[in-house]
Amino acid sequence: MELDLTKVKTYGDTLNDGAMQVSFTLPVPAGDEAKEGARQIALKMGLEAPAVTEMADLGAGFTFFVLYGKCTHTVDYTAIKIPKQQQKVLSFKEVNALIKNRLERKVVVVAACTGSDAHTVGIDAIINMKGYKGEYGLERYPEIDAYNLGSQVPNAELLARAVELNADAVLVSQVVTQKNIHLENLTELIELAEAEGLRDRVLMICGGPRISHELAIELGYDAGFGAGTLPNQVASYIAADLVRREKNGK
Amino acid sequence: MDLDRSKVVIARETAGKIADRLHSWIGDYTTTTTERAAARLLGIDGVDKADVPLPNLMVEKLEQAGILDRGLVPWLARAVVARNECPQKIAEGLADGTFQVSSIPDCPEDKWRAVADALAVEAAAKIRSVRSKREEMKKKAAPAGKPMLYVIVATGNVYEDAVQARAAALQGADIVAVIRHTGQSLLDYVPFGPTTEGFGGTYATQENFRIVRKALDQAGEETGRYISLVNYASGLCMPEISAMGAIERLDMMLNDAMYGVLFRDINMRRTFIDQHFSRMINAYAGIIINTGEDNYLTTADAYDKGYTVLASQFINEQLALRSGLKEEQMGLGHAFEIDPSMEDGLLMEIAQAQLCRELFPKSPLKYMPPTKHVTGDIFNTYLVNGMYNLVSVMTGQEIQLLGMLTEAIHTPFISDRYLSIANSQYIFNNARHLGEEIVFAPGGRVQKRAAYLLDEACEMLQTIEEISLETAMEQGLFADIKRSRDGGKGSSGVIERHKDYYNPFFELFLNHSKPVEGRLS
Repeated sequence: MELDLTKVKTYGDTLNDGAMQVSFTLPVPAGDEAKEGARQIALKMGLEAPAVTEMADLGAGFTFFVLYGKCTHTVDYTAIKIPKQQQKVLSFKEVNALIKNRLERKVVVVAACTGSDAHTVGIDAIINMKGYKGEYGLERYPEIDAYNLGSQVPNAELLARAVELNADAVLVSQVVTQKNIHLENLTELIELAEAEGLRDRVLMICGGPRISHELAIELGYDAGFGAGTLPNQVASYIAADLVRREKNGK
Repeated sequence: MDLDRSKVVIARETAGKIADRLHSWIGDYTTTTTERAAARLLGIDGVDKADVPLPNLMVEKLEQAGILDRGLVPWLARAVVARNECPQKIAEGLADGTFQVSSIPDCPEDKWRAVADALAVEAAAKIRSVRSKREEMKKKAAPAGKPMLYVIVATGNVYEDAVQARAAALQGADIVAVIRHTGQSLLDYVPFGPTTEGFGGTYATQENFRIVRKALDQAGEETGRYISLVNYASGLCMPEISAMGAIERLDMMLNDAMYGVLFRDINMRRTFIDQHFSRMINAYAGIIINTGEDNYLTTADAYDKGYTVLASQFINEQLALRSGLKEEQMGLGHAFEIDPSMEDGLLMEIAQAQLCRELFPKSPLKYMPPTKHVTGDIFNTYLVNGMYNLVSVMTGQEIQLLGMLTEAIHTPFISDRYLSIANSQYIFNNARHLGEEIVFAPGGRVQKRAAYLLDEACEMLQTIEEISLETAMEQGLFADIKRSRDGGKGSSGVIERHKDYYNPFFELFLNHSKPVEGRLS
């Protein structure tokens, strides 16, 4: 059988077998009825021949299922277009050299976890001296003045600091995503930036485990960085984009 | 582990001196939340028309009148004498403008003090009865295994929390913590009533405590066990939340002496003063505290900075002793956070966990799961959690916060909790007596690591003793986080005590549980 990229199916051990594993909970007591309920959910999801391989009683009227089935859906892989950051990732040294040679001034970056979010793990990984996975954080870059404002910073305060420090870029991290609080908060920040006439003057960048570049663009940001991002990826983007803007401006 | 016992003595003595240095000034101050906690202990609850909690309203009025530095109780007692009403009625009268702070006449000191002391004794008796009830219920229940299984619920809606808490208890959890709304630590008041909207967790309110307590008692009855309830006596309202917990029979409280400063940027003096009264209440109520050293390793590297956890445990222990907590009430925290890709990383985890066990033999150690290095690969996380459970049962940890396979993804689903309980039950049962069979190779990797950690912790404690804990925190010695001495939130709530300051609970609680000097191994 040939792989047809216009009709890609999930794969278990044979092309186009559609094999898939799912697990979920139903708010009903364990038993034959619950099992049949799980099977019917799977059928409605487009899983053929669903087999419940595990049914566990979670107590208090809940039941957990592990289920295998054959997915009937396909995707056209050839039609997929994802906006990507075109920026090539530079090293610590290359970023500093680029800023020094092309901008001839220090780049100011202001970062915070805003709203009620108290999780600084992401912003710390990018900004703090030590960095993440052996890559130095932005504080360590001689050509970057980085300010980490910490957690639970109101959006307005982040922008006020950006104005005060004449920032080139604002980094905002969002880790808590319960009930889409991160989307609300990110939208508020962009709207505030626009209201204050900052939007076009400053690079607006967001990051977090549930953030993608695509989502960031959709929300009106210049860029977005997801889980596992290294500090130099962010630094590369900021430096290159500022150089590009400078060039276009002249 | 063949530890150098003289080093252990030095570490403990040095930590004792660090704590003494803090206590040389803590007693010169009170805070707004300390006074509000006294009001809550005396039964004052509820809100005014503008939703301001009555304890806040009273403290604000006393502050405006310029007499808060004497404490809340002296004025309250005079009001009780003058109006012949209970404290709650006094608070309500003040709220609806029936009378003013200034309209309460003075009375002879022996008279108001007798009233104040009688009210405090009565309040303390209530807390004793709550404590006795817990002890009675525990006696009747099947004893919890060790390590005890600790899970969190975090729906934001207290009624949903109650459902999830009950389900977790039925699945086998021994301890349920209701995670707090992410922003609550920075609120300078405790919200009132049941709440259904919170992010990353649920507001700590007295009514919410009651609702989840009831659900867990019910689950306990169904399973013949006692299910412990946990909340957070932390943030800007540490002592008030302890007071609420003491009244509503919470069993454990996250209650660290330094966490608020480091991770919530709360003012240092505020935190050190608040933790003292907060821990006194916990001590008296028989509540087990959980300290937050595990958090250091989420910002600093667990392998490089493992010794900072030890140093902090020694300091937390000494401060806790000075608030009357017994070692058996100190769930000193640490964590399984070494990068899983490290060669022999498991051996290093065993060394730290075993070392904690040997250094704090009577304390119910609180062991925290991997969070920093787990990813969206739930299958891998489930395995890493299994390794964590193995180290725990092998080294005799007591309070096991179960790792969730979806740690890096979302607040736990009901099934995540079930799977984590199944994981730990399998390992705890299957490796029950592993620890008793193990002898560490003399001078081997594990012993060497433990000796190194103890050496470094000793050295760090000596440095802190020289420069003071405040300066150490300014220099970023813990968690790689620097905090300025006068900065941070809540500093305006610190008040120098007047020479006539009086709070009957200090004497009452401390006399009950005579503070013991640091145990010198």
